[in-house]
Amino acid sequence: MSAESVFSLRNRWFITAVGITAGLFLLTAVVGLIVLPYAQRDVTFTSIWDAICSAAGVPQVRSSAAPVQPDFKVSTVVVTASMLGQPSQESIGRGATLAQQCAICHGPVGVSRADSPNLAGQYASAIYKQLKDFTSGARVNAIMTPFAVSLSEQDMVDLSAYYAYLPRLPAYHPEQGKPAPRIVVNGAPMRNIAACGSCHGALDNKAGSPWLEGQSAAYIRTQLQAFASGARRNDISQQMRNIARQMTPEEIDEVAQYYASQPPQSRRASSE
Amino acid sequence: MLNSRRLILAHFWLAFGVFGLALLLGAWQMFVRSPLQAWISNPEWYYRSLTAHGTVMGYVFPTLVAMGFGYAISEAALKQALIGRRWAWAGFWLIAVGAVTAMVPVSMGLASVLYTFYPPLIGNPFYYIGVVLVVVGSWIWVALMSINLHVWKRDHPGEPVPLAMFANVAGSYLWAWTAVGAALELLFQIIPVALGLRSTIDAGLARVFFSWTLHAIVYFWLIPTYIAYYTIFPRAIGGKLYSDPMGRLAFILFLVVSMPIGIHHAFADPQVGAGFKFIHSAFTALVALPTLLTIFTICATAEVAARMRGGRGPFGWIKALPWSNPIMLATALSFVMLGFGGAGGLINMSYQLNTTIHNTQWITGHFHLIFGGAIVIMYFAITYDLWPHLTGRALTSVRLMRAQLWLWFIGMIVTTFPWHWVGILGMPRRMAFFDYSSPALAADAMSVTMSAFGGFILVASSILFFAVLIQNRRAPQAEPGEYRFATAIHPPITLPAVLNGHALWIALMVGLTVTNYGFPIMQLLVTPETSVPAVYVGAEK
Repeated sequence: MSAESVFSLRNRWFITAVGITAGLFLLTAVVGLIVLPYAQRDVTFTSIWDAICSAAGVPQVRSSAAPVQPDFKVSTVVVTASMLGQPSQESIGRGATLAQQCAICHGPVGVSRADSPNLAGQYASAIYKQLKDFTSGARVNAIMTPFAVSLSEQDMVDLSAYYAYLPRLPAYHPEQGKPAPRIVVNGAPMRNIAACGSCHGALDNKAGSPWLEGQSAAYIRTQLQAFASGARRNDISQQMRNIARQMTPEEIDEVAQYYASQPPQSRRASSE
Repeated sequence: MLNSRRLILAHFWLAFGVFGLALLLGAWQMFVRSPLQAWISNPEWYYRSLTAHGTVMGYVFPTLVAMGFGYAISEAALKQALIGRRWAWAGFWLIAVGAVTAMVPVSMGLASVLYTFYPPLIGNPFYYIGVVLVVVGSWIWVALMSINLHVWKRDHPGEPVPLAMFANVAGSYLWAWTAVGAALELLFQIIPVALGLRSTIDAGLARVFFSWTLHAIVYFWLIPTYIAYYTIFPRAIGGKLYSDPMGRLAFILFLVVSMPIGIHHAFADPQVGAGFKFIHSAFTALVALPTLLTIFTICATAEVAARMRGGRGPFGWIKALPWSNPIMLATALSFVMLGFGGAGGLINMSYQLNTTIHNTQWITGHFHLIFGGAIVIMYFAITYDLWPHLTGRALTSVRLMRAQLWLWFIGMIVTTFPWHWVGILGMPRRMAFFDYSSPALAADAMSVTMSAFGGFILVASSILFFAVLIQNRRAPQAEPGEYRFATAIHPPITLPAVLNGHALWIALMVGLTVTNYGFPIMQLLVTPETSVPAVYVGAEK
């Protein structure tokens, strides 16, 4: 009963065990890689090898036709959680100078009185993405587009760094003390709407999403309507369009009023 | 001959200590997800709790039980003092430190990624490092089990290895190899991203690596239970094991076929080819074999014992079994849960039927019934059987033990049956919130409520379990005699080398891993542009 004799062709146990195992593998491989692919009626293979590769999961190009190109500009900005996280003082300073030309709409300290978005303390990545999209034409606005197209890459980085650096000012609206709408906290799972708060703060923040507290209700409402109608489509993979299309006009009003009436947390986006 | 009592007791106490805490979390999760509680408004709390519950119940608790029981088997079955007791303590402390290291970021909300990791979700690196420490601690145990058996074999040439130790070492090898998948995923994929060295991760490859671990880990949890069936149950009911080689065959089959089947967890994953999914599905079917062999052998064992006690008739003998004995009761209840859970498992493994229940609450119900039910109830039985020998004090309250086992059984059935049912109705798993006021979900409300009550019953059962153990501390000293395992009706005198060692079966296990996992892994490794940006969780922006 020594261990040496186990791995020997004279050992019946060895032959049987290895034989059964190998036989089972071969049998299942033949069924899985050859028989079952051919059992699919709607797929045709050029050869057995083609069928095997298909069943083994080798990526294959099934069509030689070029993919359909959209007739509008698509956002190509890649946002990661850590981008623009550590701006230099020079960058913030240059951004402050550049921001002079933005002040007429976005306010001298990044808080707007013109129903334009408040930018003070907004995440740098969120501002940067929108500027890039305005420049590329993925997002179009009669007022913003002419400003954005003249900006260089460094200008956009600096502007984002500057606005992220500004302290979040309290909103004009006093807190109403009303409970958060259900759609903000829970979303509407049956309509595939995730909770607003799970990306835009309160519950969690996802890279590229702006925080919304204290923004103008008119602005939030207009943007949700634009997403719903398809007038605005620079959201990656239709994340916002899919949500806005499913929202009722009442819900859009409700969230716009809710976020507009919330005081922002008094922190700087860049210091976190 | 149990020399390392403190070591074994430390493993069991830590195991059941963390088990008790994680059980409370589980019951809380059942409660807040049910219509009994208005929504907690923050899914983060739910996922934080779920991560802690899964990590403790999946990695820490069963590993400690398998290790503690393994050391006891090594000493009692081989009648040989444990070699490397200092190393065993080192392994124990690695697990304790690892568990704390992992739980600190989880409780701070920095690693709510669930115990299955789910890349591209990335949590705090200390969570993963803690899990790695737990695994490394358990690998010390694997090495010690192997060394102890090797030394015994050297001193007892030609003698059959006792079945308990044969199975124990098979379980340790299974764990050593199956943990490699998650270890590769953690060390080469997740931890570099968690440390910020990389910002993208091949989530598809990571899921394939994890499936390598995820299915066979269940059999690692299961092995102590099966050891109890074969080597504790027959002795406890005053009988003998029907067949010793049949037991060896069952453990050998677990070693060979429980590993190369994990892709049945990834039937809905697009990155694995359908052909390999079929191969894994077919091999998953084979893993029913050792369980069927076991049910046959153990039922035959029980029948022989019952007829020796005067049982008559085709079914009348069942009455002659010693039902007041907690081990008898636990084994019977475990078999019932194993039967239902196994039937559900056949649905999970079928490539076609799986589509009906994939990622629904059915799956959560299934693994709670098998692991939390059939397996853990035998962990209680092992503890009751071993405890007097560890503490030197008798377990006095048999009624309390029976009540505890019944409550666990009832609680687990009440928890998991409705859980399966809502899964068939299409309720997804891993959700923190369900809107039961929606007409589409209103039908699930009653079942989910029942399920939550099952969770409360389980908590009550665990309180009784701790009461039994605490009562034991106050019982008078009693000499329990030598701890021994069941003997077979025909104890093996000589055995073919393959039934007395693990080498051939390890070779087949590794070989099947190469054939069943080699191509899917290689193909994902060489395919370009398969990585996605990591999503860091927990860090409040």
